[in-house]
Amino acid sequence: MTDTTREAKPAGQIEKDHALFLLREMLRIRRFEEKAAEMYSLQKIRGFLHLYIGEEATGVGAMQVLSRDDAVVATYREHGHALARGIPPAALMAEMFGKVTGCSHGHGGSMHFFDAYRRFYGGYAIVGGGLPIAVGLALAEKALGKKGIVACFFGDGAVAEGEFHESLNLAALWKLPVLFFCENNLYAMGTALSRHQSQTDISKKTAAYDLASSAVDGMDVLAVEAAAGRAAAFVRGGGGPYLLELRTYRFRAHSMSDPDLYRTREEIAEWKKRDPIALFQARLREWDLLADADLARLEAKIAAEMEDAVNFAEASPLEPPENLLRDVCGAVMP
Amino acid sequence: MTTMTYREAVRAALRKALREDSRVFLMGEDVGQYGGAFAVSHGLLAEFGPQRILDTPLSESAFLGAGIGAALGGLRPIVEIMTINFSLLAMDQILNNAATLRHMSGGQFHVPLVVRMASGGGRQLAAQHSHSLEGWYAHIPGIKALAPATVADAYGMLLAALQEDDPVFIFEHATLYPLEGEADLSAAPADITRAAIRRPGRDVSLITYGGSLGITLQAADALARQGLEAEVIDLRTIRPLDTQTIVQSVAKTHRAVIVDEGWRTGSLAAEISARIMENAFDELDAPVARVCSAEVPMPYARHLEEATLPKAAEIVSAAEGMLAHHG
Repeated sequence: MTDTTREAKPAGQIEKDHALFLLREMLRIRRFEEKAAEMYSLQKIRGFLHLYIGEEATGVGAMQVLSRDDAVVATYREHGHALARGIPPAALMAEMFGKVTGCSHGHGGSMHFFDAYRRFYGGYAIVGGGLPIAVGLALAEKALGKKGIVACFFGDGAVAEGEFHESLNLAALWKLPVLFFCENNLYAMGTALSRHQSQTDISKKTAAYDLASSAVDGMDVLAVEAAAGRAAAFVRGGGGPYLLELRTYRFRAHSMSDPDLYRTREEIAEWKKRDPIALFQARLREWDLLADADLARLEAKIAAEMEDAVNFAEASPLEPPENLLRDVCGAVMP
Repeated sequence: MTTMTYREAVRAALRKALREDSRVFLMGEDVGQYGGAFAVSHGLLAEFGPQRILDTPLSESAFLGAGIGAALGGLRPIVEIMTINFSLLAMDQILNNAATLRHMSGGQFHVPLVVRMASGGGRQLAAQHSHSLEGWYAHIPGIKALAPATVADAYGMLLAALQEDDPVFIFEHATLYPLEGEADLSAAPADITRAAIRRPGRDVSLITYGGSLGITLQAADALARQGLEAEVIDLRTIRPLDTQTIVQSVAKTHRAVIVDEGWRTGSLAAEISARIMENAFDELDAPVARVCSAEVPMPYARHLEEATLPKAAEIVSAAEGMLAHHG
């Protein structure tokens, strides 16, 4: 079953508070990423930096249908997921600054955010590598009689990996509560989907595993939220795993070191017309749910939050090098 | 003490763990209905049911990764990989996830996962089922690597592995499964921090692990017939290495021969040799010698496989060589 219909909610069906919350969450991600890019150019952040700009509606929409008891597995482009899951931007910024106050004590950096308290099981930087972990987490949920489901985010590049196919088969075979979110941004690093997949409709790939799926416009946060809600209900109801393909686009290059030579300016410009934040703002205005003053207040608050995050990261201490081996194993190995 | 085979000892430990801890389950290819490729888990499906004994598809990466996820989620998985060569299909999960998660998460998560696999040659299974890659695993920070060489250790070290908070890999040399010996099924889990001296001696230290313990003890017998007393060290745990026991032995014998079924280049034997040099250089009366597998993909023909694997005669000759010059 493939559902690509736009979720056009007439005014009145969405509460203003919730609408502003969704907008706020997307804007927080956008401003966080802009700040991260700025800090990268100042060399405060090093290594790889993969920005989520353009994809905000997918992570924000999807995260709305998860509860505290659910688990999240993400990728190396996971800043949006982490923020939408509730990890404070200060902990994320400090992580990228390599500080001990970071969400992974500075051991992981941009690609490896973790938060045990929020059941955020990490950013995985081997494409497809998080899927088997999600399957195992779901196995544990089921075996222990818990009610949680596991949300597993990955990109279109991952569907070329064996681990994608092995994991979908295993999850379907054992009817495990995994909600696979494929964030299809059309590029596996620099390789277009049509250049790496014989079947470019990712939601169709699950038929081989008898695994339920659908696809949704990933630039429309309400559509994502609604489709994710249906998918989550399916999984929570014991129907087994579900794959929701979120069709989106990243506006920035793959990483800060990518010259972006493999797509045209025109293509990027075309997609930017469907900027998920601009689209949502326009709809909210149309529905009379967003006033200029609301937006200005929101932006000011978010700008202050991101400034605080940078200040926190800047002021935070480094982990003492004598702790280098502390978390390799439970006890320091000889 | 009960007399049993190595295979039965592993099974007894599995059964005890499954009985005593409801979080423990066994997962792998043909561990259930088939009874295990090496019949280790024979009968466990009938006793514990399909929720505890899980037959998996031939998806090493997915079920090893699922073991990691299940461990993160609060279970105590035991994953069986049919042979060490197949474990290469799961190496992404092993190295990039199992071994890294504790450190990469700043200590927030840990992976109490036990992985068992058969290793080694000697059964004419040629170049894709016979290798001894334990040394590769011993290279990886974030995991422990065990190579039980006796029936008692097959039992006790598996129980010990299940008490660890981090991933433990157990290498069961496939030629050991029919080996008979004694195990105390009421004993506490084995101490996996120390090597064992299987035979004390004063003239030369023979250092080995896993499937090579048998030929090393044979070599020690042969040397004894010449009046030379070899001390045989069974490493048992190959990561972390018990450097202290090795160094104390070398300080006594002043000579060391390392027996390692892995390929010589970049081997565990090379690591042990380096540690002896670093820690006991002044004690040595002769250069450290190594008896390893020939550097060739394992051939099928019996005479060629025999030519590839370490042999007792090679150990004897290496020991004789250093004793002749420096005795």
